[in-house]
Amino acid sequence: MITIDHVSKQYGATTVVDDVSLHIERNSICVIVGSSGSGKTTLLRMINRLVEPSRGRILIDGKDAAQEPPHLLRRRIGYVIQGHGLFPHRSVADNIATVPRLLGWDAARIASRVTTLLAALDLEPASFAHKFPHQLSGGQQQRVGVARALAAEPALLLMDEPFGALDPIIRNKAQDDLLAIQRKFGTTVVLVTHDIDEAFRLGDRVAVMSAGRVLQSGRPAELLRAPADPLVARMIGTSDRALRLLSLTTAGEAALAGTATGPQVAASASLREVLSELVWRGAEGATVLDAAGNPVGQLNVAAILARGRSA
Amino acid sequence: MRFVVAALRLAALAALVAFLWTPQTFAPLFTPLTQFGAPPIYDQGDLLTLALAHLGTVCVAAIASSLVAVGLGILVTRPGGAEFLPLSRSLVNIGQTFPPVAVLAVAVPLVGFGFKPTLIALFAYGLLPIFENTLVGLQTCPPAVLEAANAMGMSARQRLWSVELPLALPLILEGVRLSLVISVGTATIGSTVAASGLGEVIIAGLLSNNTAFILQGALVTGLMAILLYDGMALLERRICRHSRVD
Repeated sequence: MITIDHVSKQYGATTVVDDVSLHIERNSICVIVGSSGSGKTTLLRMINRLVEPSRGRILIDGKDAAQEPPHLLRRRIGYVIQGHGLFPHRSVADNIATVPRLLGWDAARIASRVTTLLAALDLEPASFAHKFPHQLSGGQQQRVGVARALAAEPALLLMDEPFGALDPIIRNKAQDDLLAIQRKFGTTVVLVTHDIDEAFRLGDRVAVMSAGRVLQSGRPAELLRAPADPLVARMIGTSDRALRLLSLTTAGEAALAGTATGPQVAASASLREVLSELVWRGAEGATVLDAAGNPVGQLNVAAILARGRSA
Repeated sequence: MRFVVAALRLAALAALVAFLWTPQTFAPLFTPLTQFGAPPIYDQGDLLTLALAHLGTVCVAAIASSLVAVGLGILVTRPGGAEFLPLSRSLVNIGQTFPPVAVLAVAVPLVGFGFKPTLIALFAYGLLPIFENTLVGLQTCPPAVLEAANAMGMSARQRLWSVELPLALPLILEGVRLSLVISVGTATIGSTVAASGLGEVIIAGLLSNNTAFILQGALVTGLMAILLYDGMALLERRICRHSRVD
């Protein structure tokens, strides 16, 4: 989907992004995580050419992004920023309709797309379409920002600290929504954050950046088991890495054959949650139920612990 | 409170219209101000015609200075136009520094007596508030909003028309309002170079030592300025209900 090929960005003598290569697969969520000043936002902004690379190239679907006029390229790429950047003088519906209008969609198609998106983001279309941004809560503004970015059905969505301005409870909900939406629309997402927990929670792949370089990129479990760099290890932290590892696997994926006495857990729950439940109840095993409530297997403490080991 | 203000505003409008329509009805009010049986109401021309001519001059000048000032404001806030900012600012400042009377004196030999020199003086005098407000309005658009506009794929022109100008509009209109009100007062001096307007009434009063005339000219001018100010404020609120709220 996206190939970032030896890309650098310099401002005068300062190198902000230093020879970064990264491949982002279709229909996946790639999280770029790093502290402020690590160059992660600049890297993201080079994908839709809000920043032009000094060296290297970026291929989107095999085509060099530099070949297309920037404003046309950007209409194909959704973009969400921290603090949403909604147009304060336009209603929610008009905000969402921005890119479809630029693309010249007809009014009926725009209206139906706006309704679909509002509904998909838990914003009742009848009551929200005509509100203005200042009449919404922070969480609602953020969701409208996501809806606006998704309006023209982009195959690619870029998100720059999209949940940074939200309080923790709303942030969790927004992250769940993003995962649901990503599955529903099959959008490829590149998300930038400084929050390592968010990175592990959302990312199919996580790239850790520092001082303009990508220190390591891979699946969250790979980063946890084998940090390639002391800084990566420090960012991830060692105190709860086993539990982090458990949180990456669901009960459904780890379930063994048979049933167990003890509590019942959902197949979608993470092993970390199942373990917590077992510790809490003092039980040795749990039965795993699918979404319909049918048993699909069982888990015991030993099996869970084995999943959290370093190798 | 709002009701009282609205009532006052309507009363002022009614008084102004009534006076211009049938000035003679108000003669008893002004008689005490006259001496030696001088006419209490201006009798050398129709007050309504003069007031409309006055307003017309002001509006034409305000439209011209709005177009030029907003155009300049847009130009100097574009990437390619930034270097013209000091120049534009000096030009606009000169327009404000030169007293309109001086502008009249310079303009009359060039364009003759009448409407034109007044227009030039008002135009130059009205540029500054509109230009400065346009500048502030365009420069203070929230960066996140502009970034979003770019990231959505708006061209520079689309961004200007559909994001920057609407967001700057409240401030621009405020500048126009200020400029209009200043012009209504300043336009009275146009009568010294034979432009038709309410200045005629005041000058006639000064020449014949008739306080009633002076007061009439000043009152009508003042009421027009206040009502114009209020009307523009009302218009701004209507247009800009949703801009600049966050």
